[in-house]
Amino acid sequence: MNARSSTPERLPRWIRATGALGAVLSALTVWLGLWVTPPDKVQGNLVRLVYLHPPIAWVALYLAFGLAALSSLLYLWRRTRSLFWDRLAAASVEVGVVFNALTLATGMLWGRPTWGVWWTWDARLTSTALLLVLFLGYLALRRVPATPEVRAKRCAVAALVAFVDVPIVHFSVIWWQTLHQGATVLNANLSPTIHGSMAWTLLLGFVALTLVFVWMVAVRYRIEVLADRTGALDLEVSLEERWAEAAAPVGSQAADTEGAGAAPAARVER
Amino acid sequence: MWRDAVLVAGKDLRIELRSRVALWQVVPVAVLSLVLYGFALGPGRRALAGAAPGLFWLAVLFSTVLATQRSVAIESGEGTRDGLRSSGIDPAGVFLGKAAAVAVELAVLQVVLWAAMTLLFGVHLRVGWLALVASLLATCGLAVAGTLYGALSAGLRVRETLLPLLVLPILAPVLLAASRAWAAALAGSPAAGVSWLRVLGPFAAVYLVVGVVLYGPLLEAG
Repeated sequence: MNARSSTPERLPRWIRATGALGAVLSALTVWLGLWVTPPDKVQGNLVRLVYLHPPIAWVALYLAFGLAALSSLLYLWRRTRSLFWDRLAAASVEVGVVFNALTLATGMLWGRPTWGVWWTWDARLTSTALLLVLFLGYLALRRVPATPEVRAKRCAVAALVAFVDVPIVHFSVIWWQTLHQGATVLNANLSPTIHGSMAWTLLLGFVALTLVFVWMVAVRYRIEVLADRTGALDLEVSLEERWAEAAAPVGSQAADTEGAGAAPAARVER
Repeated sequence: MWRDAVLVAGKDLRIELRSRVALWQVVPVAVLSLVLYGFALGPGRRALAGAAPGLFWLAVLFSTVLATQRSVAIESGEGTRDGLRSSGIDPAGVFLGKAAAVAVELAVLQVVLWAAMTLLFGVHLRVGWLALVASLLATCGLAVAGTLYGALSAGLRVRETLLPLLVLPILAPVLLAASRAWAAALAGSPAAGVSWLRVLGPFAAVYLVVGVVLYGPLLEAG
């Protein structure tokens, strides 16, 4: 039972360091964003959400889904096919979905006081929401039981097909908007020229959340590896237990089957 | 590849013709959905006429899910997929064939739906060619993307619930573009509708290429 009870090796040092640095920089961003930087001339204190919202969106829409698409492509390409890419894609989609939801949430929090509505059928909002649903579908597909190889192939195709849709969705929604000039006030000055402490805080926000993303994906990747390993191990252990059970009564009666009964038991002890 | 595609499409369509599932289940459900939309938004003529293109394409969109489920179900019998795989037919041909069969079914469905819409909602197409071109491109796009996702969910026990979740967000741009194009065709202003063909065309082309490339690995994986 050694293999089962042995504690998994500790997180590699670089992952722990990345996580710690990400946490410190995030805290620093919050402190700078809430207390140090001045309120904006036009937006007042609402501007403080700007230190958080664009970095979150950057992580979700570019880093996470970009990495997922790249890894899926590398998995499907025969020369680089390895479960490493599949697990990396899975980890980054999962983190990406969380950040995608946060993008929408922070955007809505900002939109309510600024535009007066929680939601507007703006191109970016609509395509971000669709993206969330697309990758939720990916996660649902991942949960369907299958052998790792079949699941990896299926999910890689799903990720690529979803990724191809992104530009089409984006452009069609932009055209939809321009043809349907609604009451939204998106042409209001959303990006007041940022400089000084505000620019540095925003930049710090990008760095901090990128580190957080790397840390989360690395940890999630490890969970995936460990889960696969435990899955295989659990099956092995329970199979051996059944063998031992089946062999036990027979072994007590006949001498020649005792040897057969002892073998699996020895393997369990390994 | 093309010969294989014709073979597979012929097989699927013959099965549909004989089983009549598409004809007597999918088409009536689509027409029924138009009636239900009427209950939800009606009875005012103006509201219905304004929403008509969107409702029409919504009905087509949901029927695409049904038609795709059906197209996968044909291949879900004992050993059918293995038979198809071991028949030596090019996977790209299988993909094109199955997509073509779905496209033909959707085209028939649209003719029926269009007649129903004209009767129920009191609208008529002023720019026929625009509606026709938009329909053809949209049908191709729906059929290829639907077939691709059908293959993805083939053999899964949760297929019925998973397929809509996977495929509906992908098809959203088609709904958007086709509804706008049809709205322009209904209103008699082709200029506003033509630009939407620039969404429908590339969508169909992109998923055609993606499907031809990726259907092979999917068929292996299933």
